[in-house]
Parts: sequence; C-alpha cells; structure tokens
Amino acid sequence: MTALTRQVTEIQSPTIEYGLLAPMLVVFGAAVLGVLVEAFLPRRVRYPVQVVLSLGALAVALGMVVTLADRVEVAAEGSVAIDGPTLFIQGTVLALSLLSVLLFAERRVDPGGDAFASAASSLPGSEDERTLTAQRVQQTEVYPLVMFSIGGMLLFPASNDLLTMFVALEVLSFPLYLLCGMARRRRLLSQEAAVKYFLLGSFSSAFFIYGVALLYGYAGSVRLSDIDRAVSEQVGSEGLLLAGVALLTVGLLFKIAAVPFHAWTPDVYQGAPTPVTGFMAACTKIAAFGALLRVLYVGLGGLRLDWQPLLWAIAILTMVVGAVVALTQSDVKRMLAYSSIAHAGFVLTGMVVVEPAGISSVLFYLAAYGFATVGAFAVVSLVRDAGGEATHLSRWAGLAKRSPLVAGVFTLFLLAFAGIPLTSGFVGKLVVFLAAWQGGAWPLVLVAVLASAVAAFFYVRVIVLMYFSEPAPEGPTVAVPSPLTAAAIGLGALVTVGLGVAPAPLLTLAEQAAVFVR
Amino acid sequence: MSDFPWLSVLVAVPAVGALLVGLVPRRRGVLAKALGLAVSLLTLGLTIVVALLYRAGEGQFRLTEQYGWVERFGLYWSLGVDGVALALIALTAVVTPVVLVGGWDEAEPTGRSGKGFVFLVLVLEAMTLGAFAATDVLAFYILFEAMLVPMYLLIGSYGGPRRSYAAVKFLLYNLLGGLVMLAAVIGLYVQSATLRPDGGTFLLSELVGLPLSPQAQYWIFAGFMVAFAIKAPLWPFHSWLPDAAGEATPSTAAFLSGVMDKVGTFGMIHLCLPLFPQAARDLAPVIVTLAVVSILYGALVAIGQSDMIRLVAYASISHFGFIVLGIFALTSQGGAGATLYMVNHGLSTVALFLVVGFLVTRRGSRAIADFGGVQRPAPVLAGVLLVVALATLSLPGLATFVSEFLVLVGTFTRYPVAAVFAVLGIVLAAVYMLWMYQRVMTGPVRPTTEGMRDMRGREALALAPLLALLLVLGLYPKPLLDVINEGVAPTLSQVGVADPEPVQPATAEGASG
Repeated sequence: MTALTRQVTEIQSPTIEYGLLAPMLVVFGAAVLGVLVEAFLPRRVRYPVQVVLSLGALAVALGMVVTLADRVEVAAEGSVAIDGPTLFIQGTVLALSLLSVLLFAERRVDPGGDAFASAASSLPGSEDERTLTAQRVQQTEVYPLVMFSIGGMLLFPASNDLLTMFVALEVLSFPLYLLCGMARRRRLLSQEAAVKYFLLGSFSSAFFIYGVALLYGYAGSVRLSDIDRAVSEQVGSEGLLLAGVALLTVGLLFKIAAVPFHAWTPDVYQGAPTPVTGFMAACTKIAAFGALLRVLYVGLGGLRLDWQPLLWAIAILTMVVGAVVALTQSDVKRMLAYSSIAHAGFVLTGMVVVEPAGISSVLFYLAAYGFATVGAFAVVSLVRDAGGEATHLSRWAGLAKRSPLVAGVFTLFLLAFAGIPLTSGFVGKLVVFLAAWQGGAWPLVLVAVLASAVAAFFYVRVIVLMYFSEPAPEGPTVAVPSPLTAAAIGLGALVTVGLGVAPAPLLTLAEQAAVFVR
Repeated sequence: MSDFPWLSVLVAVPAVGALLVGLVPRRRGVLAKALGLAVSLLTLGLTIVVALLYRAGEGQFRLTEQYGWVERFGLYWSLGVDGVALALIALTAVVTPVVLVGGWDEAEPTGRSGKGFVFLVLVLEAMTLGAFAATDVLAFYILFEAMLVPMYLLIGSYGGPRRSYAAVKFLLYNLLGGLVMLAAVIGLYVQSATLRPDGGTFLLSELVGLPLSPQAQYWIFAGFMVAFAIKAPLWPFHSWLPDAAGEATPSTAAFLSGVMDKVGTFGMIHLCLPLFPQAARDLAPVIVTLAVVSILYGALVAIGQSDMIRLVAYASISHFGFIVLGIFALTSQGGAGATLYMVNHGLSTVALFLVVGFLVTRRGSRAIADFGGVQRPAPVLAGVLLVVALATLSLPGLATFVSEFLVLVGTFTRYPVAAVFAVLGIVLAAVYMLWMYQRVMTGPVRPTTEGMRDMRGREALALAPLLALLLVLGLYPKPLLDVINEGVAPTLSQVGVADPEPVQPATAEGASG
C-alpha cells in the first residue's frame, strides 16, 4: 500500500509551455467556442458571431506568432518544436487562413447566399433541399470546421514526434473532407470529391501510421531526434528503417500532391467549394511542406543519401506531369489544380538540397505561392453564370471586355504563377533554383526551367482568352463582391507585387528562420 | 550635382508617366496621348543631358549609381552607361515619341482607347532604357523578361485578325529563351562564388574577369546566346518576328523591331563578349555562320513576300544578321559598325514600318499587288518611301551605309568568306526594296489607289526627325562613332582579341620594290 502511494506521488505532471503553444491554443479554443455558438446561439446571430470569432482568433494567433519570433525551443515534453520554420509556416498559414475565411464569409456573389450548401445532409435534388434553399437557410458550421483544420495545420509542421504529427494530420484532414462536400452548387460533384478525398486521404494516413510503426520498431521511439540518433548509430535493421521512411514519405507526399500521389487533386479541387479549394491549395500544401521539411531534415537528415535520389525523381515527375497535363485542361479549377502540382515540384527542387538555403528558399516560395493561389481562387469565385461559377475556360473568353479589373488581377496572378519578373513568383523560382544549383542539383534546375516554359503556355492561354477573344454572347457575368472578397483579392495582389519588387525583407526573414531545433 | 541619379530618373520618368497616363479617364483619349507624348519628349530631353554628362565623364561606365535591391544575393539596382549603351538609350528616346506620333490613331479601329497604347509604350520605354543602363546581370534579366508582357499586350490588343496567335508565339518563343537564360544566370551566379565566399554576385563589374572553366563558359554562354538570338532574332530562331510584326500595328512593329529587339544584340556585345571571352572566341565561327545564313535567308525570303509588312520584317532579320556578324567578327571596326548599325537600323526600320503602315492604312490592304502608281496621287509619300528604302539598302550618303560598310570591313579582316557572302545581302536588299517600291509606287494609277491621300502633317511630323537623322548620320557619323568606339574598345580588350594585321598585297610590295 505504501509502495503504491509512493509510486503514485512520483508521477510527474508534464510541463506544458502554454506561451509557446498559444497560437494553436487560441485557434483550437475558437474552434470549440464556434461549436458552442452553433449549439446555443439563435441562427440569425450565428453568422456575425462566427465570422468575428474566427477572424479575431486568427488575427490574435498571428500576432502571437509574431511575438514568438526568434524563439527556438522544444515544448510540451518534446513533442512540439517551436523554431524558425515552424513559426514562419504558422505565420504564413495564419495570414492565408485570414484571407480564406474572408472568402468563406462572402455572401453577396451567389444569389443563394454563401458558397456552401444550406444543409450538407440534405439529399441533392430533394424536396428537403429545395425547401431549405427557398427559405434561404445558410449554415455556419463551416467556421468551426475550418478553425479545427487550421489548428491542425499549425501543429502539423511543429510536430517533433511522429505521433503528434499523425494527430495533427488527422485534425487538419477530417474537417477538410467535410468542407469539400459542402458546395451549394453542383452538389453531386462536390460530394464525389469529398468521398474521393476521404478514401484516398485515409489510405495515405494508413501509410503514414504504418510508417510510424515501422520506424518505432527501428528506433524504439517516435521522437524525430531519437530517430535521427538511431540512424546515425545504425542500430536495428535497415529494412525496417527504409520501409518505414518510404511509407511515411508517401503519406506526406500525398498531402502536398506530388506525382505519383496527386491523382486526387484535380477532382477534389474542382468539386470543392471554391473558397475551400483556395484554402486547401494554399494552406494545406504549405503545412504539409513544413512537416515534410521537418521529417526529412530533422529526423532523416542522416539518411539523405538514400532519400535524395528518390526526391529528385519525384520532383522531376511532379514538375513535368503537372505542367504537361495542365496543358490539356479546359476547366479553370482543374488547370489551377495541375498548376499547383507543378508548383509542388518546384518547391521539391529547393528541398532536395539539405542546406539552410534550401529551407529558406522553400519557405519564401510557399509564401509567394500561397498568396497568389488564394487570390486566384477568389477571382474564380467571382466569374459566374446562372448555374453558379463558370469554371469552363471557354466561358472566360473576352472577360477583359466585361471586367477589365478582374481580368487584370487574374492576369497578375497567372503571371506570378508563370514566374514573370517583378512578381513574387519570379523571386520564388529564382531563390529555389539558386539553392538547388548551389547544392549541385543543376540538372533539376534545367528540368524546372523547361517545365516553367511549358507551364507558361497554359497560363498565357488563359490571358489570351480573357483579353484577345471575343466575349460569348451569353457569357458569364462578374459578380460584384462584398468588401470581404475584395479585401482578400486586393491583399493577394498587393503581396504578389510587393514580393516581386521588394522581396528583401521576407527573404531575410526566411533566411533567419531556416534553423530547425533538434 | 554629379551624384544626382540621372539614369534612375531617366528610367523613372517614362514609368511615372505611364502611371499618370493610366490615371487619365478612359474617354479623354487625346489627353492621354498628349500627356504620353510630353513624357516621351521629356525623356528625350533627359537623354540629351545624360549624353552631355557622359561626354564630360571618365572611364568605361559613367554616371554609375548603385542601390541595394536584394543585397542578400547580390542583386543591385546598378546602372551605368558606356558608349554602346548610350547610343541605344538615345535611339530609344528618339524612337518613342516618333512611335507615339506615328501611331496616334492606330488604336481607333479596334474600338479601344489610345490610352492603353500610350501606357504600354511608355512602360516598354522605361524597361528598355533600364535594360540598356543596367550593369547588374540579374537586374538586366528582370527587365529583359518583364518587357515581354507589355509588348505581348500591345501585339495582342491592337493588331490584325491573327494577333492573338502572333502574340502568343512571340511570348512563348521569348519566354523559352528567357528561361534558358535564367538557368545560365543562376549558373553564372553559382560560379561566381569564387569571388565572394558568402554566395555570389550579379554585378557586371565583378563578373568581368571571373575565371571560368572552358566547359562552364561554353554552357553559360550558350544559355545567354539562345535568349539573345531569339530576341534579336537570328536564324533559326526568327520565325516569331514576321508573325508578330505582321499582326501588330505598324507602330508596335516599329518599336518591336526598331528598339526592343536591340536588347538582344545589345546583350551579345554587352554581356556575352566580356563575360565569356573564351567561349566568344571559340564559338564565333558558328555564330558568324548563323549570321550569314540570316542575312541571305532573310533577304531571299523578303524578295518572295507579297505582304509589305512581312517583307519589312524579313528585311529586318537580314539586317540583324549584319549586326550579329559585326559583333562576332571581334574586330574594332566590326563592333563599332554593329553598334552603329543597331542605331541606324532602328531609325530606318522604324521609318520603314511607319511609311508602309501609312500606305496600309490608306488602302486597307497589306498586299503589294493591291497597290500601283501611288506616286501620282501621293508624291511626298512616294518620295519618303524611296528615301527610306534607299536607307534600308544602304545607299552611300545615308546612315546605314556607314555601318554596313564598317561591319563588312571588320568582318573581312577575320572572316573573308563570310564577308563575301554577306555582301550578297546588299545586292538582295536592293532587289527587295526597289522592287517593292516599283510595284507600289510606279506604273499606272489603279482605280483603288486613285485619289490616295498624300502625307498629312502628323505623319510628316513623325517621319521628319528620322529622315533628318538618317541623313546627318550618313554624312557626319563621327560624333556618334566616337562615343561607340569608346564603348567597343574596352569590350574587345576584355575578350582579348586584337584586330588582325592588315595583309600587304603582294602586288603592292612588288610595285614598291
């Protein structure tokens, strides 16, 4: 009896550094509060409360990330790493989430209300759905969902052990699966996208957790630093290690949509409600790249000679397939999906060199890409006809005659994607290619340059359509957005030009951030 | 006063002017045009100041200024002019107002306002001036690439029926070249890490004399040359120019071929020669061959054209061949001749595109066969076309003769066979120019050309300065040639070549002995 009490008293309570985790706690707290709002507040006040709560929490979290800058520490008993890359990615994700939530809250462009179904559970085409639409019911569950997902994205790149990373992966993924299926228009397409995303995402999660199990078998720990030590001491069976690394990497490459794990991207991007697509294309990809960076650099740095050739192959495949297949697309959302695949390839080009320059170039590229992406999808949500968004490219013909401003901004984003100088995309490509070449990966740079040339073709094709083609007689109209969307597009454009003309401050920041805590 | 950033101001004036034009309301098209013209004239005035300050200065690059842009990887807003750059800056400053006046009404048939046209031309002028003045390789590259976008919009927005095809072809060709050059620029930067342990540099002043292995030189040189050969354009990378020029409005085509393409040949003499001397020396025979092919191919195809604008475009390809030939002859006469040719070709080709444009606008057709006997109803127009045609075929007394002669002399001392073949280009030029003149202007007046308006005040105003310059530079090229020689001489010494010794003909020796 006495022995038992002594044992009990000896259990140490874990120390949690709440200050370091504050950004995540604020976002998760807002998400939980959002659920309570859904449960207890009357329907008519939910929308303003949810929007203010989400935007406020994101802004506060962003402010906290800024105050945490320069901290390099391990928190929560070693399972969370707060360091340069974590904070840079958290800051980027939070800023882009702010823009995305602005798009979620847009209720003026669609005559039915926002971009989401009145009730996700109502059958498409049913009486139920018609009644809800006629009553102009608009649900607000999307806000807690997206906040949970953002919380997961903040934890994902910060995870210092593989179990935390897995939990973060699931927390960020599950709300996304739901959000994908909630489109107001073309609901069957949207639900199909959700099911596809869920099934393939579950597979990739299974791969990931299987990889974690094998690595645990190899190293006796899921902590990245322990795995690193085990790799350098060469304990255990190498087969276990390599199989574990392969499975783990597959799970991560799925989230960044690298070829050959990209098959879900076009369908999901096309089917999901456009604000969700923009959010996924920007934030999910950035968070997943953060996690991949940490796993490869911190946990498996000693194994780089084994994974580098593989990553070379995947980077080349991703760039080439993304750029070439995008050529054949006739839907603007699918085209942007393939373009995002190609961009993942460019980022991987910077990642294959295990150097600080590689990290900082990747961080910069992700930020530049993220703002252009959210902006581009925001513009897509404005071009509409009677059936909702007019995403078929032929419908975009002559758009510049109808709305020179919208066409001009979209052109800016496309030029940034194509990497034309004086836009953020050029600087991103430049730093990534520089880092890759300095690390000796010049063949990758050559492939990347050729892929950029191919990619330029389909971006230019859209510009041609918008500017030089005659508008169709019953073409789409450009909806006049509320200040929310206008702000998101304006900020995206501002950052795209700003980073193109004066990239020095963010480059310096990314460079200072390029040190992992171990 | 000497610290005043004259070159930055020179670049900023058209850029700010473009923004101001952008703010003019859409309906006030005339105001936008007048404002644009005033800005371009102000730029011309500033250029004269820059030229005077250059004359008063010392050293290879003068009026230098340098500000950190992204110092972290050695990107500087670094400007400076040598003789070559100054000549081309002057060309740009002269041609821009001419193009604005010449293209005054061109936007109207497309139903678009002239405002966009003026805006894009001024943006292009700013970027072109910046590219000529940049002494940081990456800054040059940024402007070199960025200027594709306004030109693309100019071709695509205001051109003929197949303009969108032509614009896309133009952009993709040049973008491909530009991206290859980007890889070469990055490669050069990585190689320059030997100069600066903390990374590398893009500054021309530091990169000149960078020790590079022959292998590296060849590859990086090739990367730069592909971009410049596409831009120039050199055979076999030329096929975008006839389409782009043919579909663009005449004034756009004039700016494209007269000024913007010179950035390509400027890049060859300004970057390729001093940065990669060994590659330039070793690969010069290859490029000289391509240049001769360009000269003959462009001229032969020009003879076969039935479309006036395309004829002028192919003539340009032939002339770009001369420019490249002069640069890669690697002699002081060749280099000076090529640079002078860039200026003279700019003047003559802009004039030619504009005159032909005036004809096309009157008749509503570009086919030579649709004209005939125009000299009777429009004698002044015919006279101007004749002078410009004679300038194009390098008649002695007109500016182009001096430069073409210098190029041929400079080439002959090193590559006699190439020079002999290149001379054929002059003969062919006489064929295509005079034959076009004959078919368009002489003969009986056709019903369609009867009563064709003669040259109006605005048109004459646009062409007068060009004709005057062609004549003055033809009779007295010395001031310009002196400036150019100052720029070419250091470049050639960086390449490490001396002019070949003149060969004493055996008969001369026999006669004296």
